Amino acid sequence: MKTESKLEKVFASGNLAVTSECGPPRGSLPNHVREKGKYLEGVVDAINVTDNQTAMVRMSSLAASVLLKQEGLNPLLQMVTRDRNRLAMQADIIGAYALGIDTMLCLSGDHTQFGDHPMAANVHDIDSIQLIQMVKAMRDEGKFQGGADIKGPPKMFIGAAANPFADPFELRVLRLAKKIAAGADFIQTQCIFNVDKFEKWMEQVRAHGLHKKCYIMAGVTPMKSVGAGRYMKNKVPGMDVPQELVDRMGAVPKEKQPEEGIAICVETIERLKKIEGVAGFHIMAIDWEEKVKEIVDRAGLLPRPQV
Amino acid sequence: MENFEPVIVAFCCHYCAYTAADMAGSQRLTYPANIKIIRVPCSGKVDAIHIIKAFEKGADGVYVAGCLDGDCHFKNGNNRASRRVEYVQKYLDEIGIGGERLEMVKMSAGMGYLFAKIASEMTEKIRKLGPSPVRPLTVQASQPTAS
Amino acid sequence: MITAERKPLEELIEFVRPFKRILLVGCNECVTVCSAGGRKEVGLLASGLKMALLQSGNTIEIREHTLERQCDPEYIDELLPMIDGVDAVMSMACGCGVQEVARRYKNMPVFPAVNTKFMGASERPGVWAERCQGCGNCLLGVTGGICPIARCSKRLMNGPCGGSVTGKCEISQDVDCAWQLIWDRLKELGLEDQYLKIIPAKDWRTAGGGGPRKIIREDLTA
Ligand code: SF4
Ligand code: SF4
Repeated sequence: MKTESKLEKVFASGNLAVTSECGPPRGSLPNHVREKGKYLEGVVDAINVTDNQTAMVRMSSLAASVLLKQEGLNPLLQMVTRDRNRLAMQADIIGAYALGIDTMLCLSGDHTQFGDHPMAANVHDIDSIQLIQMVKAMRDEGKFQGGADIKGPPKMFIGAAANPFADPFELRVLRLAKKIAAGADFIQTQCIFNVDKFEKWMEQVRAHGLHKKCYIMAGVTPMKSVGAGRYMKNKVPGMDVPQELVDRMGAVPKEKQPEEGIAICVETIERLKKIEGVAGFHIMAIDWEEKVKEIVDRAGLLPRPQV
Repeated sequence: MENFEPVIVAFCCHYCAYTAADMAGSQRLTYPANIKIIRVPCSGKVDAIHIIKAFEKGADGVYVAGCLDGDCHFKNGNNRASRRVEYVQKYLDEIGIGGERLEMVKMSAGMGYLFAKIASEMTEKIRKLGPSPVRPLTVQASQPTAS
Repeated sequence: MITAERKPLEELIEFVRPFKRILLVGCNECVTVCSAGGRKEVGLLASGLKMALLQSGNTIEIREHTLERQCDPEYIDELLPMIDGVDAVMSMACGCGVQEVARRYKNMPVFPAVNTKFMGASERPGVWAERCQGCGNCLLGVTGGICPIARCSKRLMNGPCGGSVTGKCEISQDVDCAWQLIWDRLKELGLEDQYLKIIPAKDWRTAGGGGPRKIIREDLTA
């Protein structure tokens, strides 16, 4: 074991791991975080805490992670390279570890143009792969990027994201290989709606033996309505929602659509479970945390293992 | 503004509008004397600076007359002229003269009647708009005040 | 080349309004090529400014001159006879030219007439696009001749991000994804393996992170 991370322990125990996420509020409301966290208690192994998600200012990922930690939950700190340079990131990483956070996810982040501060500078001092390298060097060599020794290296379990549905498809596995070579211990994928395409991607992942080098968590999202499905299909770059799923959502009356969305999500998990190399699930129920328990339960993933 | 007689400069392509003007003359079609014709080898040859200088020197309106679409002697000089005219229209708006005082028109060499018609219409339009906001000033500014 | 665009006339009018006589200086290099500040544009701007000011009853005398190169002291001396008697200078060169004029003529207010944009190339007539950010340690040799710093919206050195779709960048359908271009070219060159090498975190000192940059060629210094 590289770390004390609970997520790492769940993987090591051979169980399918489950994570979900909590988007911090756009204001200093600690209860908002606590309430969202409550829904996930005992339901998931770690809770991703997003970092200025969609390039909108929110309570910092670190602060919200600490709030969850105080509630006895297990936060997974997301960090984007868009907003801070490597000094600030390293400072937050050791700070987070000092506060008991031992798992993180390294991302480049959505472009500022998508958020409500399009006038802000995109920092990108380093990219997500270089961030993975940096966290790994901090953990394994106890070195800051500048070369100095770290007193008390942060033993972070390092995650990264992968999008099997973006282009060029042939690079999607090669880039994953780069992330793993950089030091990623686990991967959370973009939401999977097109399971066939994901299967093809996993075939290549296995052909490169990448599933043996790193834990791959399949990302899923329950659609709340046919409108949400359409939006993801048409408006979110790099998202692949097959038309038949949108049609299926559209075929049921509006008040039944949330239920249908959850059913689709559970079925998706069932299909994904059969794919060799899938080590767990990352359930992104954006502002719908209260439904995660039902999904995890219906997918037969409860109770969570005690590790 | 009753007696206002606008000064209008027409940059006319040698291969079409200029010949059309000739034709209008020989057919005894009347058109206003306000139009000052400048012959150019191609409407695409008319640069932004020529148009701007015309206004600076006192023109109240300007138009560039080129060949019909597809008929330019130099392939697409007329279309380049159209885009340039649009560009200068915006600049005229910025200056405060107003882009509507500049136009692009297209005709063939045989269209004497169209030349005459456009000349009248342009004169009418500019007459309605009144003198260029810089004309009286340019004239004053360039003439030493008599003492 | 360095690309630029004329500032809105309104802004330029306010710069020159207090003055009776100005010198408007163009440059024959990059800004001429991108039609922002060459001899032609100097003429257009001079006429435009004069006419715009006339409408509020101001007359201004504008001397026009276009230098061979405005970022070179040798040429800037040429302005000396013209600068005598003017109240201000407006430069249509890139920011480098404006600053060189200001440095040479210490007591003269100097205003920029253009917004200097980027180092780019002409994609087709009338269209210029950014190509290089002068990072001081060129990566083109390992990225298939396409710059990830200037052309990837997130400056990813190990892209593409998850937003790349059908060759376009996530920020807009009008922007090519630099990493799609890089990959296509590496493939064409048979250099796919190059992609697998991680480009390490960049040392931004060469890109300006180490303070203002300077090149000194001892063999050429006077
Ligand atoms: S790598 Fe640096 S020097 Fe090379 S093109 Fe890009 S910004 Fe310019
Ligand atoms: S889509 Fe391509 S160009 Fe745009 S940010 Fe992502 S990798 Fe860079």
